[in-house]
Amino acid sequence: MDWFESGWGLSLIVFLPAIGAMAVLAIPKAQEAALKWVALAFAVASLALSVVLAVNFDYSAADVYQFGTDTTWIEAINANYHIGVDGISLPLLVLSTIITTLAIVYSWNHWPEPHNPKLLLVFVLILGTGMAGTFVALDLVLFFVFFEVVLLPMYFMIGIWGDRGIREVPVFGWKLEMRLYASLKFFVFTLFGSAFMLLSFLALYFKSEEALGFRTFDMIELADIGATGLVFTGTFAFLVFAGLFLGFAVKVPMWPLHTWLPDAHTAAPTVGSVILAAILLKLGTYGFIRIALPILPQEAVSWAPWIGLLAVIGIIYGSLACLAQTDMKRLIAYSSVGHMGFVMLGIATLTDIGINAAIIGMVAHGLITGLLFFIAGSMSHRYHTRDMRRLGGNLKLMPKMGVLLGLAAMASLGLPALAGFWGEFMALMASFDPLESIGATPTFRTFMVVGAIGTVLTAGYMLYMLRNVNFGEPSEEWIGHEFHDVDATEWLAWTPLVIGTIVIGILPGVIFDATNEAVISLVEKAFNGG
Amino acid sequence: MPFLASIAQGLLLAAEEGEVIEPGITSGLIVELAWLIVIVPIVATFAVLFFGKRSPFKGWLMAELAIGFVAVYGTVLFILNATEGVVYYGQVTIAEIGSFTLEWGISVDGLSIMMYFLVGVVGLLVFTYAKSYLEGDVRFTWFFASFSLFAGGMLVLVASPNLLQLIVGWELVGVASYLLIGHYWEDFANVDAANKAFMVNKVADAALFLGAIVMAVSVGSFRFNDIIEVVIKGEGGPLSQYAFWAGLLVFIGAMGKSAQFPLHVWLPDAMAGPTPVSALMHAATMVTAGVYLLGRLFPFYLDPEGLFGEDVRNIIIVIGGLTLFLMGFLAIVQKDIKKVLAYSTVSQLGYMVAAMGAGAYTAGLFHLFTHAFFKALLFLAAGSVIHAVHSNDMVDMGGLRKYMPRTFWTFIIGTLALIGIFPFAGFFSKDEILASIRYAGGDGQNVANFILVLGLVGAAVTALYMTRAVALTFFGTYRGDGHPHESPATMTLPLIGLAFFAVTAGWVNIPGVYTGFTTWLETRFPLAGVPGAEGFDLHHPEGFDWPLVILVGLLAFSSIAIGWYLYGRNADDRTQAERDSFRIPVLWPLFEHLYYIDDFYMGGIVRPTMGPLSRAVLWFDMRVVDGIVNGAGLVSMKLASAVRWTDEDVVDGVFNATGAATGASGSVLRRTFTGRVQQYVAFSFIGVIAIAAILIIL
Repeated sequence: MDWFESGWGLSLIVFLPAIGAMAVLAIPKAQEAALKWVALAFAVASLALSVVLAVNFDYSAADVYQFGTDTTWIEAINANYHIGVDGISLPLLVLSTIITTLAIVYSWNHWPEPHNPKLLLVFVLILGTGMAGTFVALDLVLFFVFFEVVLLPMYFMIGIWGDRGIREVPVFGWKLEMRLYASLKFFVFTLFGSAFMLLSFLALYFKSEEALGFRTFDMIELADIGATGLVFTGTFAFLVFAGLFLGFAVKVPMWPLHTWLPDAHTAAPTVGSVILAAILLKLGTYGFIRIALPILPQEAVSWAPWIGLLAVIGIIYGSLACLAQTDMKRLIAYSSVGHMGFVMLGIATLTDIGINAAIIGMVAHGLITGLLFFIAGSMSHRYHTRDMRRLGGNLKLMPKMGVLLGLAAMASLGLPALAGFWGEFMALMASFDPLESIGATPTFRTFMVVGAIGTVLTAGYMLYMLRNVNFGEPSEEWIGHEFHDVDATEWLAWTPLVIGTIVIGILPGVIFDATNEAVISLVEKAFNGG
Repeated sequence: MPFLASIAQGLLLAAEEGEVIEPGITSGLIVELAWLIVIVPIVATFAVLFFGKRSPFKGWLMAELAIGFVAVYGTVLFILNATEGVVYYGQVTIAEIGSFTLEWGISVDGLSIMMYFLVGVVGLLVFTYAKSYLEGDVRFTWFFASFSLFAGGMLVLVASPNLLQLIVGWELVGVASYLLIGHYWEDFANVDAANKAFMVNKVADAALFLGAIVMAVSVGSFRFNDIIEVVIKGEGGPLSQYAFWAGLLVFIGAMGKSAQFPLHVWLPDAMAGPTPVSALMHAATMVTAGVYLLGRLFPFYLDPEGLFGEDVRNIIIVIGGLTLFLMGFLAIVQKDIKKVLAYSTVSQLGYMVAAMGAGAYTAGLFHLFTHAFFKALLFLAAGSVIHAVHSNDMVDMGGLRKYMPRTFWTFIIGTLALIGIFPFAGFFSKDEILASIRYAGGDGQNVANFILVLGLVGAAVTALYMTRAVALTFFGTYRGDGHPHESPATMTLPLIGLAFFAVTAGWVNIPGVYTGFTTWLETRFPLAGVPGAEGFDLHHPEGFDWPLVILVGLLAFSSIAIGWYLYGRNADDRTQAERDSFRIPVLWPLFEHLYYIDDFYMGGIVRPTMGPLSRAVLWFDMRVVDGIVNGAGLVSMKLASAVRWTDEDVVDGVFNATGAATGASGSVLRRTFTGRVQQYVAFSFIGVIAIAAILIIL
């Protein structure tokens, strides 16, 4: 297994989907079955290797980067192919390979219009590489490349297969198809953020010379410099953190940079919404944990109360916006703003508990919201509407679908014994006792109370959705319609998410065993001297 | 993975860390395997869900066997505890987070064992009854899966040796109640009742979350025993610093589940579920959780030095007193027999909470114990009546004692126990509560004297509304349609079983004669290894407080007489029953509107949040936030169009071309990629290089 541990295993996990994309491109469009099987084979291979990796991962040294390699890549700018997995990235890496595979499984017989399996599979596979790569990159250039690789496939997914309903664009006054508006908005927003992020990367690169005598994009080396607290200081550090903040906060998304999200999620085809919600949002929060905090700890400390503030605003604001929705998919989309608010609140405390909470919150949100978007997609496919005023009595028409929706909604509102609980509860717990050097403990305790109110509102909108969608008698327009309940590929694609939600709920050690030590070491190094 | 190993180890013997505690049994297989009590109903839930429809009696049998197991195991432990005393805590580590350890575990001590016994025995009788009651129900199997979860969640809760597992059980009970209250979800009225229960409880749960966090972070552990240890040591430290808020927040959590004013509003609406649900909810599971939690954390609220929950205790007694006083009156004006019982439950829970506030640990839990039997009995008997007359409304009843003798007599036993007539169960427990409140008043807790008055009035009101209910239901002439008949034996036998306990349950704690119950519940306090545990002293009356006994007796009997005089004639014919012969202006309308509390919540909180507030946020989001975004977009677009960077035609063109050209994906890709990527790359790099240049120059 030497080859596996020396970086090849990890590289295969990352690049197998991309190779699969090329293979799919080589197959004629008419051979649909071949396209599907090839795509699935590559995704499953990547997933299987990531499971092998998780099993062989040394949990007693979770704070050390494992299975990695560090090879020269672009010598001119000292950018290296440096990858590796520690306890923080492991759960997210596995989650991303799972979601890629499930997206292909689900697509098996749920192709969005216009019918073009080949192109969709190519995009899903490229996304798979981009997502997995982001979580293992330890070089800023490499990170940036992967981070941006996901942008285009998602942009095209929304643009090509998105919602064709006409909508009036605020301010512009145009009447535009939803898919066009949403994809453009998604693209421009993210581009805007990542341009600043790239600037910050470059600034760090040039500045690192002062500490090392040479320039580096290496995250570990940069974090070492950050931990000394000597070079990355003053206005420089402030501006660099601001750039990173913009790049990551757009992706999360944090209030008030979130408005691309409801449009993109709602307009995207089902698989697109799932990948977007389950993984793409995590690239932002992961960036905070992996890059912003360790490299610029002092700035993180001074920004923390403001990040916490935006996080709790997001929690309350997102939840209230959900309560006003009539579109089921849009409701789920807005719920992400609230849930990611809890994740960011955890990160903002800069404590081991808070960051652990953030990671389990990310994984849980990936599983649960992924499931919710799958279900919402399948339902709107059957009903040809997402309008909750027209739905109702779904439990009568499609009992299994209804039960799954109920379970996913309960998980989403943070029911204990399901995955969503831990992230919420532990984030609140961390807010009671944030990092002392922030010097804003009373402020964070206020955030804790506001966050707790957010859990009530979360329950409110989820129950509101269940009431209008699942319960009551079906309206007259559905009488006489034949509805197919959950079909085989749906079961295949959803069961792992359901099981994951329950297992993590009952045994949070599945995640914490990996993350805890890595997080403790991160916090120790960045915020307790050293 | 390491946690799996520890789970496996834990399942083999859940005694990774059995603490040695004197006196009594601290180990032995029967004690160490007590976690089966929790697991079996949870497993049954899933078994019924997945295999129920194909199994004998469509899943009922599996659920019945599971709850029967709990009943038997609970009884065995109950006897063991009564004879030798059992104190045992076992836990399995499931995760480490920061410096905190997360554990699942089991506590087997007097307090938990009482709850195992209650949930098991009352549960078994209710499950038996429910089979006949729900025969032919559309979702029979689903019902028993939810019902098992309801019991299982409660067992998770009471088995918990730490705050975190308690919260898990706490919310499982909540979600099971949501499913059961909304069992007939075709009707939105029931769904709304379920939502109301869930939401009111969620508000309280949010407070419980915060209280648990404050306690756990201050102590550095979620374990009850660690928290109690800090309390009993009587030292200052973070816990005493935050004690008021921690205690208050936890109590607010307890107020939700135990339906204390002003969070009681969900419980009467929870009647929307099938009657067996009400019976279990009002007796052994759900509403007892709050009182149980106060009992579990009791040393915190009554610590020897008065450093911790002292101030909160005054709030507790006042809330309990107000609840018992205010809610009793609401029971007088209800026409729905289940609502009479529901408000009665709220009022009785007020007694229990007031007792906890008065520092009377045993008295409060004793009433919880006896109340569970007679209130389950009353609900099931009411269900038997409803089953016979097909209506909840007492106007449609009357004269039923002739048609349903077994139901009638058991209902009478339940009524006498509830009113507190000697020698029925409620007599002993209610009397001990009033005596304890009186003692607390004499012991310097001034507010207790006021609460004592409320408690006495409440006792009289209890007799009044029960007399009215009995008169309307069982006396006079039958006013409904059809021919009512006695329920089948599968329904009346559980009634008789519960009636047995409604008579005898009080005999386990007779001041001055036999006080076994007190001992059973208190063996857990002298925790070994906790210095100063001996100093933790609970007051116990030496004998009956005779003046109080006589006063309460007089109040009860005169109240029954007055009730009969006022309402007895209601029973004669339908018009009188509808009119209710006795009303007091102003007050009665106030009671009928439930003090306008529900209206206030709906009009003052729920509707404004659901309506104007959420719509305002959405408007703000679409018009202001997005307006700024799009405004900025518009400006940059105008600038960009000058350099032909992008415009609507490009964007539109690309997609329309893509959509139309799906026939040749290769060409699609070529076209799209040449269109956008180059622009994108060009844009980002020009920007970046420009700014990098600025930086370098700087």
